[in-house]
Amino acid sequence: MKRSETHERGETSLSRAELIERMVAILGAGGVVSERAQLRTYECDGLASHRVIPSLVLLPENVEQIEAVVRLCHQERIPFVARGSGTGLSGGALPVEDGMLIVTARMNRIVEVDIPNQRVVVEPGVTNLSVTTEVAPEGYYYAPDPSSQLVCSIGGNVAENSGGAHCLKYGFTTNHVTGLEVVLPDGGRVHLGGKTADPPGYDLMGAFVGSEGTLGIATLVTLRILRQPETVQTMLAAFSSPDEAGGAVSGIIAAGIIPAAVEMMDTLAIQAAEATVKAGYPLGAGAILIVELDGPAAEVEHQFREVEGICRSNGASELRIALDADERTRIWKGRKAAFAAMGRISPAYYVQDGVIPRTALPVVLRKISALATDHGLRVANVFHAGDGNLHPLVLYDDAAKGEAERAETVATEILRICIAQGGSITGEHGVGTDKKDDMPKMFTVDDLDTMQRLRCAFDPNGVCNPGKIFPTPRLCGEVPGPHRPHPLQTAGLAEIF
Amino acid sequence: MTRLAELRAIVGNDHARTAVAGDTLDGVRPRFVATPGSVGEVSELLRLAGSSRWSVAPAGSGTKRGWGNPPTSLDLVLNTRRLDRMIEHSEGDLVVSAEAGMTLDSLQTHLEGAGQMLALDPEDTDSTLGGLIAANASGPRRFRYGTVRDLLIGITIVLADGTVAKSGGKVVKNVAGYDLGKLFTGSLGTLGVIVGATFRLHPRPATSRLVKTDVGDAEAVGAALRRILRSSLVPSAINLLADKDTIGQIGILFEGIEPGAEAQAKTAAGLLQGDRDPSVFRGEAAMERWRDLAESSPEDAPVTLKVTCLPAELPDVLKRVNEAAKRCRMTTRVRGQIGNGVLLVGLSVDETSQVVEMVTDLRNFAHEGSVVVLEAPVEVKRRIDTWGSVGDALPLMRKVKEQFDPAGVLNPGRFVGRI
Repeated sequence: MKRSETHERGETSLSRAELIERMVAILGAGGVVSERAQLRTYECDGLASHRVIPSLVLLPENVEQIEAVVRLCHQERIPFVARGSGTGLSGGALPVEDGMLIVTARMNRIVEVDIPNQRVVVEPGVTNLSVTTEVAPEGYYYAPDPSSQLVCSIGGNVAENSGGAHCLKYGFTTNHVTGLEVVLPDGGRVHLGGKTADPPGYDLMGAFVGSEGTLGIATLVTLRILRQPETVQTMLAAFSSPDEAGGAVSGIIAAGIIPAAVEMMDTLAIQAAEATVKAGYPLGAGAILIVELDGPAAEVEHQFREVEGICRSNGASELRIALDADERTRIWKGRKAAFAAMGRISPAYYVQDGVIPRTALPVVLRKISALATDHGLRVANVFHAGDGNLHPLVLYDDAAKGEAERAETVATEILRICIAQGGSITGEHGVGTDKKDDMPKMFTVDDLDTMQRLRCAFDPNGVCNPGKIFPTPRLCGEVPGPHRPHPLQTAGLAEIF
Repeated sequence: MTRLAELRAIVGNDHARTAVAGDTLDGVRPRFVATPGSVGEVSELLRLAGSSRWSVAPAGSGTKRGWGNPPTSLDLVLNTRRLDRMIEHSEGDLVVSAEAGMTLDSLQTHLEGAGQMLALDPEDTDSTLGGLIAANASGPRRFRYGTVRDLLIGITIVLADGTVAKSGGKVVKNVAGYDLGKLFTGSLGTLGVIVGATFRLHPRPATSRLVKTDVGDAEAVGAALRRILRSSLVPSAINLLADKDTIGQIGILFEGIEPGAEAQAKTAAGLLQGDRDPSVFRGEAAMERWRDLAESSPEDAPVTLKVTCLPAELPDVLKRVNEAAKRCRMTTRVRGQIGNGVLLVGLSVDETSQVVEMVTDLRNFAHEGSVVVLEAPVEVKRRIDTWGSVGDALPLMRKVKEQFDPAGVLNPGRFVGRI
């Protein structure tokens, strides 16, 4: 018997009609979506291959409503999933059947802008880019910049620990959140971290960021904003092969330079991007690098010349330097459109997200290429070369029999290569639903079990975004004191792991 | 078998002994000290401790042994100093993995050869890596590089029941699984024993500049800080040193390549131009002056408090520290990483009632941050919780402790809320 089936969740005594009534009492009629056709809008996030229609979709407008909803879910053991803008790529916001989907989109107020202390407090539904838009007139910005930043929500960024092109130098969401207000899975509200440095106690905020919605719902997020750099300089360098481009990346790092971003695209990705947005990328190149440096002008100017030299000595055939903001935007446009552009060169594609040590780049790219050839498929590579975060796009024709399966095989094998190189199965998209079965390839049973001790402290009943991250949920019934077998284990209903 | 023999059976005769007076921790004398030589031995020791119902205090170099509340009980000190091997330094990836008993000094010496560094500059450089993580130790350069939580990318731990587990990995960008590294950072050995860590590294800066200026009072400190924070300068550190009253010095450290550091120092000196002319020091001279300013330890101060606040609150907090010190009939020496709103306040007296009065006074001052007692005589610690309030998250913290160490084996009583 599967462990999940032995769990008591989903065993509410309320009928669906009663539940709707209770939820309407909390949220008003406009805050509860119950019609099947409307519910289908929410059946998946950015990972469209997994779809589940939730029992209800709830649209709270404030933290009190979230508390009331979650308390009710807790009392009735109804599983719930929080969702921001639904742009996630790992099925982290995939609804649970018979569960509630709590959408935070209506909680989209910027609550406080504190320029002197470089903090902004926002509700979870605020979009990533709107934080920067809000503080830009004062000369500040919010550093994490996932490609979906125009629509993705801060609450979702917190759940996924979102990165972006500039995390090589500036880090991820977790390095830019200083405080959280969280509604816990039992409906209680707590404050983790704050506005100031080193709050005493366990860094539960640090543990919460990146927990993919499994520890509670963030209802207020305090963000650190940064002063805009004095200078930003961007160049595009064309190489005859990814190997050469990889050599340039290693050269830059070896020179002690930490660029704001280093992005690489291979021939297929260049062609697709060009066909779509006409960024002016050199079509014949085997690979291009986008290198961006930012910081104090005197430093950037000097290092930029150094980077130019390193690119040339690694065989760069063409170097294009953005002379103004427009040209910089144009260089980035192709990169940011790369995923969507795949539609121009392939009927369908599978996006993978894996990480390798940067130095393993050439060998891994050759392995991926060989893997694609073996399976009769093409793989386009777009990635954050500076931090070894690969985004291979496995192209296939979903109309051709068996190709989708082969594409999935190739995508899975790519992860195996990443792990063998000492890397990770996900650099920024998250584990979610998509990769939970890959977790044991990277972590031991003890590793996963230890992580789930944290889960048990936050969500002992396993009702908060169940079925994500971990291939097998841990039973949280263990009481303090010497280890005793769980009753289900004794009854032979669940295996120990 | 005697208890000592059992310990020796695990770690070998030379690495377990009966505790002596010098092993006493905040007035509590342990029974044994064991120094395991492998992760397996750590695990075995913890299993033995569990079955013997012992309390265990993990230890490294002992530089932070004065931190935290007095333990409610202590039987075994588990010292990680023998776990001091380098596991892997991947230069091209700017990543290093080492066992947790390695000291920061020896790690830095190794990395220096490759022109790299772990960008942590706590006061005690002979701390072990595990100790740094457990204490969340940091130094002035946190302004640019962040703290342990920003640099730690993987961790291996042994739980109280002997389970060996890891989280994170050896790549900087990685979101697979929960980030237990953050959970263990600053957990003061109450959740498990840290046995290995992987950090991201930074290139060693080629040169440095120190811009130093005298400041007359708390308002002047605030004004100088505001001007620097509002600029697009990228200092490595912004420090304050103030003795007795708030007349003190501000030092701003710039690191990087020659032209960048020079240009930034000039701009900063211009921004700080006031009644007193700032001085700019270069290269070795800069580092010498910087050490005087940032690393001079308040050796004459028997009690050290860590006061955090928002940068904009700094003048008020500095004034409050002064007023409280006067009321409590003592003087203070303040060293601050003011860009981060962190002040280390050394007190000139250790008389229990005076110290308690001072701490209470500062805690009563409504500001955003915290007042933590880092070093103080045990009599003081018996009177007040060294950590202060942690707000409404305390019950959740207790639940986390119960999950990781249900029998309360590790460092009982020493953490927040006497966890």
